Amino acid sequence: MDDPLARYEPLLDDYAAFRAACDRPLPQVVRVNTLKTSVERADAALEAAPVEHDSVGWHDGLFEIDGKPGNTWPYVHGWLYGQEEVSAIPAAVCDPAPGERVFDPCAAPGSKTTHLAALMDDEGLLVANDSNLGRLSALRSNAERCGLTNVAVTKSDARNFSLKPFPGEFDRAVVDVPCSCEGTVRKNPDALDEWTLDHVEGVASVQKGILDRAIEVTRPGGTVVYSTCTFVPEENEAVLDHALAEYDVALVEYDLPLETRPGVTEWNGEEFDPSVRAAKRVYPHLNDTGGFFCAKLTVGA
Amino acid sequence: MSLRDNDGHQFGRLPATDDEREVAGRPSRASVVDYWAERYGIPRATWEAYSFWERGSGKIWAFRGELDSPARIQGLGIPILRTDGEHWKPRTNAVQRFGRLATDCVIDLSAGEAEAFLAGHDQDLPRWDGDWGYLIVAHELAGEREPVGVGLYLHGELRSQMPKGRQRDL
Repeated sequence: MDDPLARYEPLLDDYAAFRAACDRPLPQVVRVNTLKTSVERADAALEAAPVEHDSVGWHDGLFEIDGKPGNTWPYVHGWLYGQEEVSAIPAAVCDPAPGERVFDPCAAPGSKTTHLAALMDDEGLLVANDSNLGRLSALRSNAERCGLTNVAVTKSDARNFSLKPFPGEFDRAVVDVPCSCEGTVRKNPDALDEWTLDHVEGVASVQKGILDRAIEVTRPGGTVVYSTCTFVPEENEAVLDHALAEYDVALVEYDLPLETRPGVTEWNGEEFDPSVRAAKRVYPHLNDTGGFFCAKLTVGA
Repeated sequence: MSLRDNDGHQFGRLPATDDEREVAGRPSRASVVDYWAERYGIPRATWEAYSFWERGSGKIWAFRGELDSPARIQGLGIPILRTDGEHWKPRTNAVQRFGRLATDCVIDLSAGEAEAFLAGHDQDLPRWDGDWGYLIVAHELAGEREPVGVGLYLHGELRSQMPKGRQRDL
């Protein structure tokens, strides 16, 4: 398809602003790793480096910085994790407590894993899985640099994840699936070059399999967060619609201090379960970020 | 009872004591806790919530929690020690995570010395009058002492042990 983003004109009341934002480069963001330091000390270390930095406002511990973070003392100490601003959404929405059992089935390269471990204060069990050995190596290196000690790293196809090494279900899961990555277009201008509807349909089938398995291994009353970095309804609301039909799960409303739009209930002649409106769409022009989609589900209790 | 060999594809839990050893050459939990306490002054209570594991000969990991042993997985907590050499050697990430608790064998570097250490350079530091061997190397960052990594101190020289992938030229 020559222009995949043109599909979203009917969904947006400010389509021109959306397109203009997608053409702008994305600011560099770092998240403070509170397992190793405090936001105040990271702030002071960036100041001393010196690296120009500004708090992004909605999330304590996310700084927009000038340049790459890798060659600074706070990065060397594992105080900082370079990531997209919107990548902080799923772990924040999951909001695990210290001592819980948490599952991150598509974990590499580790922005969510390291964020979840920080929210858990490194207490409880965090299982970080990925299917690709090269990406697992990046995940391990990031987890070790950030000092995570409550993480077990596994390699498997998340659709067939085995609970065998970890008897018992999870309290929470963050299902941040592989996707068509439309929302990363500000970071990777060629992200849309390979876009085809065939690819979308293939990846949507994988996404359903991963979400299904995450629901199956989460305890009744537990929380499953589903997220993508794409606008494609076939990979977002349609996947949730599938899970709502197949499992005893419910979408729940949640607070997020960013401007968002609700999940869409109609797309290309298809209607989705009306509760998918509780999911949130983050368009780049709304908060000057990458694009994102995030839904919070409760497993039937 | 004959001792089994270590299997590099799985994590095996360290025995509580040397007497309970089932795998050849595997250190005990007690000896690992003693090592950090006796050489670096890291309180034994630090490790109460941790289990210790070996994957591959002499590569020791610390995991905050418990799993059944052996565990055939890719990672379990962080690597904390190499025990396969003549002297045990702390790992960089363990020192960064737990080194703030250390009271002994910590060498404090000036800003310029710390940058040279991070870049992987060896340097003459005759002012150190403590033990030789593996030291925790620290500098001051944001107003407090912060451990950077591991140095090998011999004959007045501090040899940087920063892994290649963690070296930086600031």
